Amino acid sequence: MPASTNFSGFVPTNIELLRFAPELILSAAGTLLMVLDPFFGGDSRKPSKLFGHISIIAFLVALVGAIQANSVAGPAFSNLLIVDGFATYFRVLVLMVGVFAVLSSYLYLERESADTCEYHALLLFSVAGQCLMVSANDLIMIFLGLEISSIASYVLAGYLRNDRRNNESALKYFLLGSFATGFLLYGVSIIYGVTGTTKLDEIRTFLAAPGAPLGYVGLAAALMLVGLGFKVSGAPFQVWAPDVYQGAPAPVSAFMATAPKAAAFAIFLRIFVTDFDKIGSSWEPLIWMSALLSMTIGNFAALTQTNIKRMLAYSSIAHAGYLLVAIAARSEIGTAAAMFYLAAYSLMNIGAFAVVIHICGKGEKNVQISDLAGLGQKQPVTAALLTIFVLSLIGVPLTGGFFGKFYIFRSALESHLAWLAVLGLLNSAVAAYYYLRLLVVMYMHEPGEATEKLEPLTPGLGLALLLPALGTVFLGIAPGAVVAAASAGAAFNK
Amino acid sequence: MNLLDLVIAIPAIGFLVALIMPRAMENITRLLVMGFALLTFVVSLGLVSGFQSGQAGLQFVTNKVWIASPEIHYHVGIDGLSLWLIVLSTFLTPIAILLSWNYIKHRIKEFYAFLLLLECGLVGVFAAYDLFLFYTFWEVVLVPMYFLIGIWGHDRRIYATVKFFLYTMVGSVLMLAAIIFLYIQAHTFDYEEILAQLGSGRIALDHGTETFLFLAFFLAFAIKVPLFPLHTWLPDAHVEAPTAGSVMLASVMLKMGTYGLVRFCLPMFPNAAKENAPWIVILAIIGIIVGALVAMVQPNMKKLVAYSSVSHLGFVVLGIFSFTQVGLDGAVYQMLNHGISTGALFLLVGFLYERQHSLDIQDYGGVATVAPWLSILFLITTLASIGLPTLNNFVGEFLVLQGAAQANFSWAVFAALGVILSACYMLWMYQRVFFGELAHSVKHHVTDLSAREWACAVPLIVLMVWMGMYSQTFLPVVSEANARILDRTAKAGLIKMNPQVAKTTGVPTNAPMGGGTLHAR
Repeated sequence: MPASTNFSGFVPTNIELLRFAPELILSAAGTLLMVLDPFFGGDSRKPSKLFGHISIIAFLVALVGAIQANSVAGPAFSNLLIVDGFATYFRVLVLMVGVFAVLSSYLYLERESADTCEYHALLLFSVAGQCLMVSANDLIMIFLGLEISSIASYVLAGYLRNDRRNNESALKYFLLGSFATGFLLYGVSIIYGVTGTTKLDEIRTFLAAPGAPLGYVGLAAALMLVGLGFKVSGAPFQVWAPDVYQGAPAPVSAFMATAPKAAAFAIFLRIFVTDFDKIGSSWEPLIWMSALLSMTIGNFAALTQTNIKRMLAYSSIAHAGYLLVAIAARSEIGTAAAMFYLAAYSLMNIGAFAVVIHICGKGEKNVQISDLAGLGQKQPVTAALLTIFVLSLIGVPLTGGFFGKFYIFRSALESHLAWLAVLGLLNSAVAAYYYLRLLVVMYMHEPGEATEKLEPLTPGLGLALLLPALGTVFLGIAPGAVVAAASAGAAFNK
Repeated sequence: MNLLDLVIAIPAIGFLVALIMPRAMENITRLLVMGFALLTFVVSLGLVSGFQSGQAGLQFVTNKVWIASPEIHYHVGIDGLSLWLIVLSTFLTPIAILLSWNYIKHRIKEFYAFLLLLECGLVGVFAAYDLFLFYTFWEVVLVPMYFLIGIWGHDRRIYATVKFFLYTMVGSVLMLAAIIFLYIQAHTFDYEEILAQLGSGRIALDHGTETFLFLAFFLAFAIKVPLFPLHTWLPDAHVEAPTAGSVMLASVMLKMGTYGLVRFCLPMFPNAAKENAPWIVILAIIGIIVGALVAMVQPNMKKLVAYSSVSHLGFVVLGIFSFTQVGLDGAVYQMLNHGISTGALFLLVGFLYERQHSLDIQDYGGVATVAPWLSILFLITTLASIGLPTLNNFVGEFLVLQGAAQANFSWAVFAALGVILSACYMLWMYQRVFFGELAHSVKHHVTDLSAREWACAVPLIVLMVWMGMYSQTFLPVVSEANARILDRTAKAGLIKMNPQVAKTTGVPTNAPMGGGTLHAR
């Protein structure tokens, strides 16, 4: 057609649409859900499972789309997006987290008699935003993706609107999140002012030239560090995380602790280890300070928690610290290590939260660590699966958590951050103390009220436990394939 | 798949089988687990008969790529040092299962499953020749022991087990840092290749780095041994553990630490090892004496035996850091002896506990009149533990003292005090528990040994005599392995004892541990 030749730079080609497939599928599915709601939404006291099924299918189709897109890797839409190994790795990761989030939500929504349509639609939109983030090649696209992901998450955090804790969580998340996005945007605008472009590759070319005004770039990097630091809940921007995770519905906490965080780390890596590599020596100290603070604050604060969700929130701050160690390494191995760790981290956190969803009961009454008492006797399989996640969180060999930690601290040692690696490893020994409490309560205490009345695992939640557990063990015993994918992805745009 | 792989795999399979057995069939599970343990022991005897003495290098080697990048191998093999420790593990596991037969009454299948997992980890630790693999097994061992103490232990079990886990964890993370550091230098986790590279000077460690690496490994092992003053987790863990846990902990798990010192600290960092030997030896001697003195005042039998372990393992460390052939032979022999005799002590104390539900010495008295056979076996074990000639500990202690005397005579003098003290606390305990006035409760509760208890105890007693009378069964292969390790340390620059060998420092000879090339993949 003649039109396509005239507007060849504007009208997307088929191959570009294929590269954009996951986002398209997820957005279409989200919209479809909203359209279907009046017809199949049904009675709010008996929520429909249909929407959950549809979104699982959408996630799986998008997963296929993401893998297909990788076979035709390359840029799309005037270079605003780029599909490379890195983008595909993270797309697959967030889409899988999406599936697990839906699986672990069925029971919860039923228990709370909540509307299912909007919930699943928001989840789809949020993941679409994250897919966009990880494949963006342009600061504005990154911002768009981040906002799509975040706004959906803000709403999800307050999804049970009659619940006071949900409201507190959503408001806190929203206010602090917007504030942080402001910092990010401010950094973006300075970069644009200095370089005249928002495209990541052009910025890199510009900065590589001699005489680039690196002082301003440093300022911009610092501002973006604040914004991204918030999103990944790295210290000193971590204060929101415990309150938000504690207040939000448990499946949403599970989701927020994993997919948005993974996507935020992805753009962190994409921007900092490529564009800002030139001024790496000036931001590296900031990152390792943040890493050290995150690990230490996260682990020591987690020691005294009695609420599981809050404890997991502090633990996720500590894990953000380990990931920041990998970023501070400023190397391809560090990038690959962070990528691998994010996969392991997502699996073990989704799994741990799934157990919380299982035991918490209507209105989240049972979210204390002591509510796990005697789980090992009452439901040995659930307890065994949680044990796998806990061992992985501690970092015991043969689990993904261990191999991830090994990988991260190896990258730190290779980048001559030996003391940081040693402090990080000692930190993980501190962490063992509070993770062990879960095992102690589960296996060494007599069953309490919460576990006595516990229903058996539902199929959805069972899968949301079993699949991440298998994944965790797989990453521990045969990490080869994922390591290869991460290493290939980490070689982006060098 | 050779015999060694089987010795590692059978318990692992048994662990999985036991886990998936239904709860209603726990009696069958117990029998099945016993079958797996016995099978492992029988197969491990095949290692003994197939082991060729006089052959340099590893035997029963399997070296396969486990993870392609970073390159991690499943590399296992044995030499004279690991051979007997592996057999010790496989020998004691069936005994630990048998002695728990009636004692463990709840969550039976998990208990026995964890014992098998423990066995798998222990054998793996002694067989691994890839540092990553070694670390994996090292940590895997923690998990079953954590549960064994925490679920089936006594009143303060949770405190004890968390303390045990954390102490070990702190030590091991530093070792992990050192392992990663070595990997970055050598681009391999393979123990023999790293040794070869260190020996040929391809990896040149400066003084500070070598000291740091040595200390990182040393701390992990010293906590496990445990060396004074890192021993405080041990009495808690022993007292709170169920009998089977105490037996496995004392007999085999503590040896992981001393094994690590011999296998890794000495040959990989010989200079640092020599340099730091004086204060380590002093700590070991303090451990010998303090452990013995504290044992003397313990009112609790298990705690007494636990502190005696601190004392006995001081001898092992002393022997290792004497850097003499006899001293090292004695140290390794003493590891085995301690495994047998202290294992037997915990076993017999456990029998007493099952009868009277007390570990306090003052609750006993006159046991010999109601349970003569139990008393006789306990007496033999006590005498072995003291180091009476013709029984096993005598040989080990004698060799250690001889080695210490060669290195520095005053070391031997102080360490010998420990031998005397051990006679004091052991005999005093024996006297209070077995002789004297027959306590009322003892009369009602204590009976003599049952057939099952005989079956547990007799193999240990036989070995005490065997190892005391005819150490030639065990020692020659140990000596060969030790000679190679000492050869490696002697090549280090600092050594004064063997100037002829010292001159060859830095000359790249064939691989120091006896040829990584022989069975390169």
